[in-house]
Amino acid sequence: MCSLEKRGSLFVLTLTGDGQHRLNPTLLDGISAALCSVKSEASGGPSALITTAQGNFFSNGYDIAWAKSGGPAAATNDRLLLMSSKFRSIIGELISLPMPTIAAVTGHATAAGFIFALCHDYILMRKDKGFLYMSELEISLPVPAYVIAVLRSKIGSPAARRDVMMRAAKLTAEAAVDRGIIQSAHDSAEETVVAAVKFGEELVRRKWDGHVYGQIRMVMLADVLSTLSYDDILEDPGQLEKLESRL
Amino acid sequence: MCSLEKRGSLFVLTLTGDDQHRLNPTLLDAISAALHRVRSEASGASTALITTAYGKFFSNGYDLAWGKSGGPAAATKDRLILMSSKFRSVIRELISLPMPTIAAVTGHASAGGFIFALCHDYILMRKDKGFLYMSELDISLPVPAWFITVLEAKIGSPAARRDVMLRAAKLTAEAAVDRGIIQSAHDSAEETVVAALTLGEKLVSKKWDGQVYGQIRMVMLADLLSTVSSDETGEDPVHVNVVVSRL
Repeated sequence: MCSLEKRGSLFVLTLTGDGQHRLNPTLLDGISAALCSVKSEASGGPSALITTAQGNFFSNGYDIAWAKSGGPAAATNDRLLLMSSKFRSIIGELISLPMPTIAAVTGHATAAGFIFALCHDYILMRKDKGFLYMSELEISLPVPAYVIAVLRSKIGSPAARRDVMMRAAKLTAEAAVDRGIIQSAHDSAEETVVAAVKFGEELVRRKWDGHVYGQIRMVMLADVLSTLSYDDILEDPGQLEKLESRL
Repeated sequence: MCSLEKRGSLFVLTLTGDDQHRLNPTLLDAISAALHRVRSEASGASTALITTAYGKFFSNGYDLAWGKSGGPAAATKDRLILMSSKFRSVIRELISLPMPTIAAVTGHASAGGFIFALCHDYILMRKDKGFLYMSELDISLPVPAWFITVLEAKIGSPAARRDVMLRAAKLTAEAAVDRGIIQSAHDSAEETVVAALTLGEKLVSKKWDGQVYGQIRMVMLADLLSTVSSDETGEDPVHVNVVVSRL
């Protein structure tokens, strides 16, 4: 589901296969294990993480189909909460990771998949295909506070946040560069990864202390960190009923 | 170390001498005393403060050399706490000052020096020389949360804040204008001061009530006022030991 390789000083985490890389517990556990590996191997010297994906999708968000296929409503709730909990844990890992992080977005990044990309320090994306898209409004799903916290910490313009969250805009890479959401747009998936690797190497040459880097990032994203211990939609009985009727 | 003069309706605070204008207790006390005088001499008439400096540096931040030269680690800790406390006091003064404040940045402004400039309402800077630069990452020094709050209050773009804090970008005046960090860039140090005086006079001609001006600024920067009351890198043993070990 995901692979981790070392290229020189860089770690490359790839969501493998041609699927939608839905964030189900299996993939989330795979990502979590990879991040753990990265952290423990990082003490060797300056490093950076590049996250990318094979196929047409970067990630299409939570595995709602898997959540629904557990049987009764209570089981759906448990499955959604499991995915939310594991994902929030990964966000925490990414925010504390003792090295720069770069998302090389090589396909669609939707809902939690878009949030996953946003939780990296830099986003590079292909311009020939693929959208960044918060789909929740169009599938009538309420949005938890931790998602909004990530958006606010990464998208500065209130109008851009409104377009993303309240207009369900489908943003191409170039539109995302214009709105200050991503760093740069590249001609193809391969070009995006090449650019991400090159940029990663540039950052590694600065020889920053990874722990100081991680500490600074944690202070900058303190508002996000404070939302990660709780999912206010799935853990609130009132919201939960409405959610289940929507799925 | 610093001089205060009146030019027409304007107060001009100058960090004197050709050195780096490091924020040690002596300079911080002098700045504090100058701000007190400004406040008492302002007495109701419409006025503004311009802060500038001689030489190649606006300010290169805390006097870390002085911090280290006290002897054992405990003494270093005390010196760092002292500088932080006095600096935060200066910042509170600036934020409550009952008049517009303009930083005429005539040289490098690094770390605490950059923060000092940012705590003015307007920044004008020379474009021919000099950088704005948060150096902490490059020298592996932890950053206190209140520095991040200043950045959040004054730099709206998350990408620009990341470039400043997590990429240790060295920004020329023109790059800073592009990112919305400063007001304008000028051909030389002299031009910058002339432009600051012109802006000061324009603001004074509006005949605003200084107390109301100061109150509005305090409300706008309320988040900053609440975090500037503490510095965990000086007060929290875990952080302090890291800082001391890095000097």
